[in-house]
Amino acid sequence: MNYIEHVGKYFMMLGQVFKAPQKFRVFWEAFLRELEELGLKSIGIIGFISFFIGGVIALQTALNISDPLIPKMLIGFATKRSIILEFAPTFCSIILAGKVGSYITSSIGTMRVTEQIDALEIMGVNSLNHLILPKIFATIFFYPFLVILGMFLGIFGGWVAGKATGMFYEADYVMGIQYDFNEYLIIYALIKTIVFAFIIATVPSYHGYYVKGGSLEVGKASTQSVVWTIVIIVVANYFLTQMLLT
Amino acid sequence: MIQVNDIHKSFGEAQVLKGISTSFEAGQTSLIIGQSGAGKTVFLKSLLGLHTPEEGTIIYNGQMNTEMTIEDRRDFRKELGMVFQGSALFDSLNVEENVMFPLKMFTQQSKEEMLERVNFVLKRVNLENSNAKFPAELSGGMQKRVAIARAIVMNPKYLFCDEPNSGLDPSTSILIDNLIKEITEEYQIITVINTHDMNSVMEIGDKIVFLKNGVKAWEGSSKEIFKTDNKAVVDFVYSSNLFKKVRQAYLNDL
Repeated sequence: MNYIEHVGKYFMMLGQVFKAPQKFRVFWEAFLRELEELGLKSIGIIGFISFFIGGVIALQTALNISDPLIPKMLIGFATKRSIILEFAPTFCSIILAGKVGSYITSSIGTMRVTEQIDALEIMGVNSLNHLILPKIFATIFFYPFLVILGMFLGIFGGWVAGKATGMFYEADYVMGIQYDFNEYLIIYALIKTIVFAFIIATVPSYHGYYVKGGSLEVGKASTQSVVWTIVIIVVANYFLTQMLLT
Repeated sequence: MIQVNDIHKSFGEAQVLKGISTSFEAGQTSLIIGQSGAGKTVFLKSLLGLHTPEEGTIIYNGQMNTEMTIEDRRDFRKELGMVFQGSALFDSLNVEENVMFPLKMFTQQSKEEMLERVNFVLKRVNLENSNAKFPAELSGGMQKRVAIARAIVMNPKYLFCDEPNSGLDPSTSILIDNLIKEITEEYQIITVINTHDMNSVMEIGDKIVFLKNGVKAWEGSSKEIFKTDNKAVVDFVYSSNLFKKVRQAYLNDL
């Protein structure tokens, strides 16, 4: 099957996904379950990585500023900008594509190869809508919070790194993060996050839903879905940046 | 009644069903038998509406498959129950939630009413006190019984079973067969079973349809299958020495 066919099949899948849930109570329960699986269970990894990456960005910036004419507050400023613009929305989404994407593909793929999806269809359930729509809502609702958490912890990680190493003063760092604050950049980051959340929920679902074969194929589909999700996020990131910041 | 009229189904160049006509009655357990590759699964999936035949019609109590839209088909499927070869229970749900799922999805019943119905059908399949267990904690036979309970919880008009005995020991196999037969007669369901199990053929087959190379090669009851001189059926059903002796003994008794 060529790429164009996959794209066509993906959009046809979305056509079935975006239908009113057959039973709102069942949809609500599934939404809450996905919120826990795809959102709450990702807080730890996002918090951990954000904190340390923030620290590394601050230290790297400090190490590369040797000219005494460059103000030290640039460390805080650069850390803030890097985290808000790229690290939190894009890097966190790539991490989530790996963690959540493989989970989505393997769980839906296993349902496919064990005939659980056939069982849903035979009962009269719109299986695409039942399985994928709660995931889309859960990721779009929760990932902006995760990314905001990533922003806070990243900037905090930079501050902790300065305190721990003594490579820059706290006052300079705080001045840097307060300097030239542009709230549109947060909106830009959140718009990107919502688009990436949609990609993270739908691309792995597509790979899982249409898998054929057994457990080996489910494993291969999981790997493939993570790769494609990351590729699509990176390409979408470029176009979103061009559209929103230039 | 399900009336099947001259259905054809191909996949690319391969013609799998080449004009099959038959009918299935309420209260009867009908079996589809045949060698691997004979077209049994495609035939069953066509009855379920998962495959659309290129030619021919399937009429379910007067409603023709070719006139159904996707939405009609989804509505129609609420009237049928299916027991899959691997049970196809939802791994993330326990026994009670698995059986309750169709009720939650398609009825407006209260939690208490649903629970009452779930407990009733679980009792019917002799699976009381297993409500909280997950599919991974059940034996193959218990999983099949949960699958039957889930299939009948909505009081279906049609029950389809794909190899319900595969992977089960002989005594559990007989238990499942008897359960399906009892339920079929009790609720006057149209039951169609796809099987390789010759015990089932002889024990519960009110009607047997033998497929060979995509065509119906023979049709009859479990009594008639002992007497038939159709070579294809005899070669398939009585391929083991044991069944040859069983048949001989039956014929000698007549």
